[in-house]
Amino acid sequence: MTNRPIALLNARLIDPSAGTEMRGGLLIVDGVIADLGGAVTRDSVPAGAQIIDCGGDVVAPGLIDMRAFVGEPGAEHRETMASASAAAAAGGVTTMVAMPDTHPVVDDPAVVDFIKRRARDTARVRVLPSAAITKGLKGKEIAEIGLLLESGAVAFTDGMRSIRNAQVMRRAMTYGRDFDALIMHFAQDEDLAGSGVMNAGEFASRLGLGGIPVEAETIALDRDLRLVNMIKGRYHASLISAAPSLEIIARAKDAGLTVTCATSINHLTLNENDIGAYRSFFKLSPPLRQEADRLAMVEALASGLVDVIVSDHNPQDVETKRLPFGEAEPGAIGLETLLSAGLRLVHAGQVTLSRLLQALSTRPAEILGLPQGRLQRGAPADVISFDPEEPYVLDPAQLHSRSRNTPFDGARMEGRVKLTVVAGEIVWG
Amino acid sequence: MADTRSPIVFPHRHLLGIEALSAPDILHLLDMAEEAVALSRQVEKKRSVLRGRTQINLFFENSTRTQASFEIAGKRLGADVMNMSVANSSVKKGETLIDTAVTLNAMRPDIIIVRHQESGAVDLLARKVDCSVVNAGDGAHQHPTQALLDALTIRRNKGRIEGLTVAICGDVAHSRVARSNMLLLAKLGARVRVVAPSTLLPAGVERLGVEVHRNMRDGLKDADIVMMLRLQLERMSGAFVPSLREYARFYGLDEEKLAYAKPDALVMHPGPMNRGVEIDSAVADGPRSLITEQVEMGVAVRMAVLEALAQNLPNL
Repeated sequence: MTNRPIALLNARLIDPSAGTEMRGGLLIVDGVIADLGGAVTRDSVPAGAQIIDCGGDVVAPGLIDMRAFVGEPGAEHRETMASASAAAAAGGVTTMVAMPDTHPVVDDPAVVDFIKRRARDTARVRVLPSAAITKGLKGKEIAEIGLLLESGAVAFTDGMRSIRNAQVMRRAMTYGRDFDALIMHFAQDEDLAGSGVMNAGEFASRLGLGGIPVEAETIALDRDLRLVNMIKGRYHASLISAAPSLEIIARAKDAGLTVTCATSINHLTLNENDIGAYRSFFKLSPPLRQEADRLAMVEALASGLVDVIVSDHNPQDVETKRLPFGEAEPGAIGLETLLSAGLRLVHAGQVTLSRLLQALSTRPAEILGLPQGRLQRGAPADVISFDPEEPYVLDPAQLHSRSRNTPFDGARMEGRVKLTVVAGEIVWG
Repeated sequence: MADTRSPIVFPHRHLLGIEALSAPDILHLLDMAEEAVALSRQVEKKRSVLRGRTQINLFFENSTRTQASFEIAGKRLGADVMNMSVANSSVKKGETLIDTAVTLNAMRPDIIIVRHQESGAVDLLARKVDCSVVNAGDGAHQHPTQALLDALTIRRNKGRIEGLTVAICGDVAHSRVARSNMLLLAKLGARVRVVAPSTLLPAGVERLGVEVHRNMRDGLKDADIVMMLRLQLERMSGAFVPSLREYARFYGLDEEKLAYAKPDALVMHPGPMNRGVEIDSAVADGPRSLITEQVEMGVAVRMAVLEALAQNLPNL
């Protein structure tokens, strides 16, 4: 499939991989960035190119989301590959890593193959399958890491589940290391988390809800990183939420371990008080923490200690969310609001735009070993344009996801994606 | 032949492991085993060096082939052989290993062949008896006669052991065969490699004097001998390796992986094989397989060991 060349002119080109910014244009030919900079003008581009005047908007690499629950196969009523990728395209996400928590679980090469085919046939953006660390996400037996890698899994994670048994985790890391597999683990001590439904503390006590202490995260994370120290494999903490976890990550990084971590856009922009009167759209896993935790996360994002921001996109429908808080499923959709919500931190002066984009594109690409995440000649033409100042009020009815469980319902946002290009093809705008 | 050989003394009462053996000890046993091979191929296979001697095969762990091999070896040398398997013994009734040893010792055997599921159990038993003890496999520790028969098989087919590259592949962590072979082959000057997923390698294996590889392509490159290990079925589904098919895909020896080794590389397996798992039938039954010959050498080596130990038995 050959598309017309596309020229994005009059843009503010930000390359977060180099930390550079310049005015100019960007030319896309045959799915790659053919040229960029001040020399790319209306006069320089090839005849027949589609010319888009960006009017000074930012042009940046497309976002790469390392944690998205899609729902296909098995929960198509909540989300399909097609609807999730439409939401992704509208949100500037050009690559998403699909979690293995599906029915059936992605623990068999045939399921990886299915996801790749469905994505190819129905998705507008790139969908990269992750596969389970343990069979059936049960935390007992190692999944077929070698065969799953061969079939195209990009990383291994038990998704929303955490592996309880340290011996299983040790063996999975040890076996995975031989294949240079990336282990992405959600670190949470399931026994400590128990039947908790929100952050443990005063607020939970007032609401009469069971609490999940910060230690559920720190103890599991510390265990994992001690195992990494022993085994020396590639480890990515899928989603951390608590300030004390940052010390644990920092220690591992200082020791030279190949450890990275992510937090979610929700944990950077919301806190436990947003739950208010039992609003189940704010029920997340891990739970929203205190404001001090959030601020620590933001600071760690700015410093680079937190490598990546994920959407943690998790579509839930009325039947799973319109329930008493304790009975509702955790999770929020987030693909479409990822950038807008992230820009809040930029507008608040807490994080630079370049660093935000780095955490949303360059770092994920580096961790996953992808050629994307940079605005450079020869890189795949996965790019977005957006006006970081454009104000709007979020209307859930306008979202592309099949589910509506956004915590930003009616929120005032600044900055939205105008154009999304994947492999040289315009998929949004 | 016996007359031309200088009378070498085999200076050991037991055969518990490979550590205690010197290179000359090993070569002496291999030379004796060569004679046993010749003897075993005759119609008249019987000698009388163990005539009047009592040999007990004490197997706490079932092993048809090893027990049969020791039984035939003892009988060919004229010993009275008695098989004791744990199913019929008082061990099942709660007797301790040491009590079993003391009881058997009182029956005045000359040689006891012991297999036990616990590492170090044979050593413990040897300290409680007056006769010679041969380790027929203890836990994940040692299986010295297997290493000797492997060495004999290699020497007969390659003409030497020194300088050969031997790749030991598979479940090294749980394998007494691997441990004995690593030690013995190194003593005879071979270059030993182990090839396995990290979950099947013992901790600190790098310091055991072997090269360590975690994929077959690197591990088999330029190997003269590819020695496959048996993977216990209970270790296959998710605990140490994810599945049979994944193990077969990455670590099972098939024609494709064997092609990484030297063109004249030979294939060994201590048996019993899991066909289609650690070894493909085309390789196991192919022209480069020494697997059946290993079984024959097993009897010969055990005859040599029994005869060598008998030299040191008291005659009164």
